[in-house]
Amino acid sequence: MSNNKENNANIESATRTLFVCQGTGCVSGGSKKIYEALVKEVEAANLDDVKVDITGCHGFCQRGPIVNIEPDGYFYAEVQPEDVHEIVQSHLVNGQPVERLFYHDLTTDEPIPLYHDVPFYEKQHRLVLRNCGHINPERIEDYMEAGGYQAIQRVLSRMTPDEVIAEIKESGLRGRGGAGFPTGQKWQFCRSAPGKEKYLICNADEGDPGAFMDRSILEADPHSVLEGMLIAGYAIGATHGIIYCRAEYPLAIARLKIALAQMKEHRLIGDKILKSNFDFDISIKEGAGAFVCGEETALMASIEGERGMPRPRPPFPATSGLWGKPTNINNVKTLASVCRIMEKGASWFSSIGTEKSKGTAVFALTGKIENSGLIEVPMGMTLSDIIYGIGGGIPGGKEFKAVQTGGPSGGCLPASMLHLPVEYESLAAAGSIMGSGGMVVLDEDT
Amino acid sequence: MSISKTAQTKPQPLPKDEQSAADTLDEILASYRGDKSELISILQRTQLEMGYLAEESLNRIAVFLDLPSSTVFGVATFYAQFKLRPIGKNVVKICRGTGCYVKGAPRILAEFEKELGINDGETTEDLEFTLETVACFGCCALAPVVVVNEDVYGKMTTDRVKEILDTYKEKKDDE
Repeated sequence: MSNNKENNANIESATRTLFVCQGTGCVSGGSKKIYEALVKEVEAANLDDVKVDITGCHGFCQRGPIVNIEPDGYFYAEVQPEDVHEIVQSHLVNGQPVERLFYHDLTTDEPIPLYHDVPFYEKQHRLVLRNCGHINPERIEDYMEAGGYQAIQRVLSRMTPDEVIAEIKESGLRGRGGAGFPTGQKWQFCRSAPGKEKYLICNADEGDPGAFMDRSILEADPHSVLEGMLIAGYAIGATHGIIYCRAEYPLAIARLKIALAQMKEHRLIGDKILKSNFDFDISIKEGAGAFVCGEETALMASIEGERGMPRPRPPFPATSGLWGKPTNINNVKTLASVCRIMEKGASWFSSIGTEKSKGTAVFALTGKIENSGLIEVPMGMTLSDIIYGIGGGIPGGKEFKAVQTGGPSGGCLPASMLHLPVEYESLAAAGSIMGSGGMVVLDEDT
Repeated sequence: MSISKTAQTKPQPLPKDEQSAADTLDEILASYRGDKSELISILQRTQLEMGYLAEESLNRIAVFLDLPSSTVFGVATFYAQFKLRPIGKNVVKICRGTGCYVKGAPRILAEFEKELGINDGETTEDLEFTLETVACFGCCALAPVVVVNEDVYGKMTTDRVKEILDTYKEKKDDE
């Protein structure tokens, strides 16, 4: 057996980790049982150098439950509990990966063993989703090992709030909730507003049907969003942060609660964060099932305990928001992007994307499409590259009819617009909107 | 408070129920400060522990928060999560979001309606099942999706409907 191990160059002898996806999609496919079975099998086989762990959503829910083996990068799709014995014995003990559980190319049926070679992932550019599927979302240490909380450390020790705002402005980041308002400018309004007490709200009331970007990020990498909240809170001068999350996302809420408790232990929330003079607290508010509460003023009414009815503007939330105090509201993906920008710099971020839409866009690709799931691409990629390149086209050889972007407030783009680059301006010009990231594909029968 | 005391002195079956309901609600309210911003969270806890929001519960909450009953009713009827009538032991939620709709959610709903003999939004007479539709669970990659209590069923087909309902009926028999 040891011979086999040495002979197979693909298998590294160093400590390996079997990651079992525990996102909502994979859990519904039975991934909890798979995790338990793997723990038992690995123990029974006396594999001391193998760990079994969990991750959040990989985004490829359609092929779930997913098991990946790091650091080798193997990717097993549609795993069932009865496959566990074979994975452990054949792959881990004997060094023979289980080919039948690999992802198979849709056209050639060729088995693809490694994660980054799967076409669904290969054509993506994952910044915001970087950690999704690769770390245990319930352990702050994993997030830190992946470079987490270094951005806030740098911000608090070396930058003034105005410098942070300047950096975000320079990056060109625009609101990922859909409207695309420049984030730095929004922060500036709130920072300049008079008043000592200010609020920062993370809008996780993802209501558009066909959209699950925010849920997946919160389930798979909650600390990225929370670190983004710290940075934003510092920049605008807020003392209190609130995450407004819809009640339909129980797992996301549970993981956020775990993450907040860990932040408290590490003194990343509360008074004098990281020994600076920055005091900031974060709490979670559960929505109660009202689509309109994704709108800023309705969301604030809901936090105040009222019917979630939009309020007329002005006054704008930046000057008079929650409880009449200056308030800044950002989407989950915006805040996660903030983290990356403060880690790697504005010019790195603005080198990705198009002239007016910088960075990447996260989409939930669903409907009549071969590979549905969560994707992240550079701004400006064409609809056709997304739907055919990453999505694998329409199942059953059917014709593409249209794609709905931006949820119910967006529009349906027909086949004649497949060449469109996906960015704020081009989608608006075509009569739809970027929206928060839902993309529902319709075929000729729809 | 005075309501519960009166109820206690009258040993009749119905007031006894009311008494225990009032006690449960008092316990819930005891963990809140009485600030009106707590309204939604109180309604959520009350529904979680008592199954639905009875008229008496809403009135007590209004008194506790020093709000007009109309405000509390207004909030309770605004949000889809809140139920003002008793609901079944098992809640079947069928997603009719765009992703699920495209993948055949209306057929799944029709099958559940047929099997349970009730329409969307109704509860069976034996209080075993409530049938609801929701806008989106956010697991569209598994469309069409049905959630029963907290169990997610993805890639649903009409022929699995009966089988799924049976597992919850069996659970009842086991108890």
